[in-house]
Amino acid sequence: MGASAVVTASGVTKVYRLDGVEVRALDGVDLVVERGDSLAIMGPSGSGKSTLLGLLGGLDRPTSGSLAFQGRNVAAMSDDELARVRNQVVGFVFQSFQLLPRTSAAGNVGLPLVYRGVGRAERRRLAVQALESVGLGHRLGHRPTQLSGGEQQRVAIARALVTEPAMLLADEPTGNLDSRSGEELLELLARLHDERRVAVVVVTHDPGVAERCGRIVVVRDGRLAPGGEVARSAATGRYGPLGTLGRPPPRTVAPDERDGQETSG
Amino acid sequence: MRLGEAVRVAWEALRANKLRSSLTMLGVVIGVMSVVLLVAIGSGARSEVTSGIESLGSNILFVVPGNVSFGSTPSISRLQLDDVRRVGDAIGDPRRVAVTVASGEIARVGARRYSVNVNGTNENIPLVFDRTVSRGAFLSASDVEVRRRVAVLGADPAEALFPDRDPLGKTVAIGGVRFRIIGVLSRVGNTLGVDRNKEVFIPVTAAQRLFGVDRIDAVAVKAASTGDIKAEQRTIREVVSTAHPEQDFQVLTQEEILGVVGRILSVLTLVLASIAGISLLVGGVGVMNIMLVSVSERSREIGVRKAVGARTRDVLRQFLLEAVALTVSGGVVGIALGVAGAVLVARLSPVPAAITWWSVVLAFGVSVAVGIFFGVWPARKAARMQPVVALRYE
Repeated sequence: MGASAVVTASGVTKVYRLDGVEVRALDGVDLVVERGDSLAIMGPSGSGKSTLLGLLGGLDRPTSGSLAFQGRNVAAMSDDELARVRNQVVGFVFQSFQLLPRTSAAGNVGLPLVYRGVGRAERRRLAVQALESVGLGHRLGHRPTQLSGGEQQRVAIARALVTEPAMLLADEPTGNLDSRSGEELLELLARLHDERRVAVVVVTHDPGVAERCGRIVVVRDGRLAPGGEVARSAATGRYGPLGTLGRPPPRTVAPDERDGQETSG
Repeated sequence: MRLGEAVRVAWEALRANKLRSSLTMLGVVIGVMSVVLLVAIGSGARSEVTSGIESLGSNILFVVPGNVSFGSTPSISRLQLDDVRRVGDAIGDPRRVAVTVASGEIARVGARRYSVNVNGTNENIPLVFDRTVSRGAFLSASDVEVRRRVAVLGADPAEALFPDRDPLGKTVAIGGVRFRIIGVLSRVGNTLGVDRNKEVFIPVTAAQRLFGVDRIDAVAVKAASTGDIKAEQRTIREVVSTAHPEQDFQVLTQEEILGVVGRILSVLTLVLASIAGISLLVGGVGVMNIMLVSVSERSREIGVRKAVGARTRDVLRQFLLEAVALTVSGGVVGIALGVAGAVLVARLSPVPAAITWWSVVLAFGVSVAVGIFFGVWPARKAARMQPVVALRYE
């Protein structure tokens, strides 16, 4: 198990200072994400779930506690090494897409490879491949403003996947999309998860999105809510169909494993 | 990130904000242009002075009163005609000693007037200063001896006063006194802004009478050979200071005069270039200002780049290159304009201008340095942004 852990958090605490006031955004969180996992992080606004996602993605360092990527503790890493983790282990998808506005779809997707020293031609080839895999092979030269929201988010996913990361982190990926684009996006995530065995961690308000994940954790006031982590009984990692929207956040719900396909142990 | 890639990214960022980039560049353009142009004018003046002094002839020593140095005021000469004889005796060859007492006068022929530099001199000018007459003859020893009222015209007054006649044998009125023209000089180049073609030579004795003085302004000696310059300089100095213990004299070689004038020009060039340099500095501050704006505007871009794996030094390099690309583009445009301006000035005005390769290299180097100097702070600000914070920036 330990060997396949992409990221391991134990007792992770994050304290911010805002105008001299200490804000305890996270307080002693334990969480393991393994290769092939699919995990939803839920919780009210300000609960600390985005802070948790930032830590899991190597965007930030914990104030205390230990956080390790593939067995290597962040505390022992230099900033450059942490940058390499972001480049090679993690792929990020943001609610607001965060594409470079003046850069083509292919250019945006190739961006992480720039920081790997991949040459231009090879970058282009890999970006085209990634864009084709998200169904945007016909939009290579388009700029973000020329794409719909759903398309932009798929470009962002292609960018996250082009480095073949072990884990995909998505912060409210459907938050800025209409329901149909959101649905398509979730289908895409499910397919990529299945095909590539990439771990998917989604921060969401939407129980329908959460239900598709193998596990759900709920963050409240910087802690994982008691009993908040819900492990699926059977195989984890396969998304089910979209659940009913508007339900209260599941606390101990383990939605049915409709497909029953085992992808990880 | 590879360097070529980083340069391309920097260039694209500048092109994305064309108006802003151009306006920012303008400060650097103006600064670099003025540096290149002013240094060109300074060097032009210097080379003109050099060639002017060299064109006087070779191996010439000048005996001048006072202390010629930067900032000194000209003093009234106490040299007299006797000194010319003494110097001639001392170096053993009076033919190598020329003399001058000069004044600006109006030369008149009938209704025609022409402003000339009247030079009272002796018969040795052609030898000492390599001058030749195109028509007639130069002054003779007896002309000087008997104070004959004869004149040799420079090429310009000869043409201006006698546009369609032969001046030889005609008379010209100088300061109200009539002189008979016995020769016309061949055309020569300018020296230190003095147009030597506007000169009129008359016997020094006649000139002293005309100007109402008994002094002479300077003595020029052509040394026997380059190797004799130093020895003759010493001999002449001794003779003159023995004769005039009450006044300082200097015996200067052409090289020494070049040195004095060169120093003056160097200081002038430096002052001008420094003033231009200040505008370059102001341009640099403009670059820093815009880069700071750009960094905070593009916080999200910085956040994205960091989120996908950009290291601190990648971001630092990106923004530093952007600043340098700004100043270097400005520098290249400034150099082009400065060179073009220098060519125009040289062509269209009497001000000399010569582009020197070192000023171009220097201007380019300075624009790179300005970019680095004023780009470092904004770039560090960008590089140190925390990715989480940068991404949240609206």
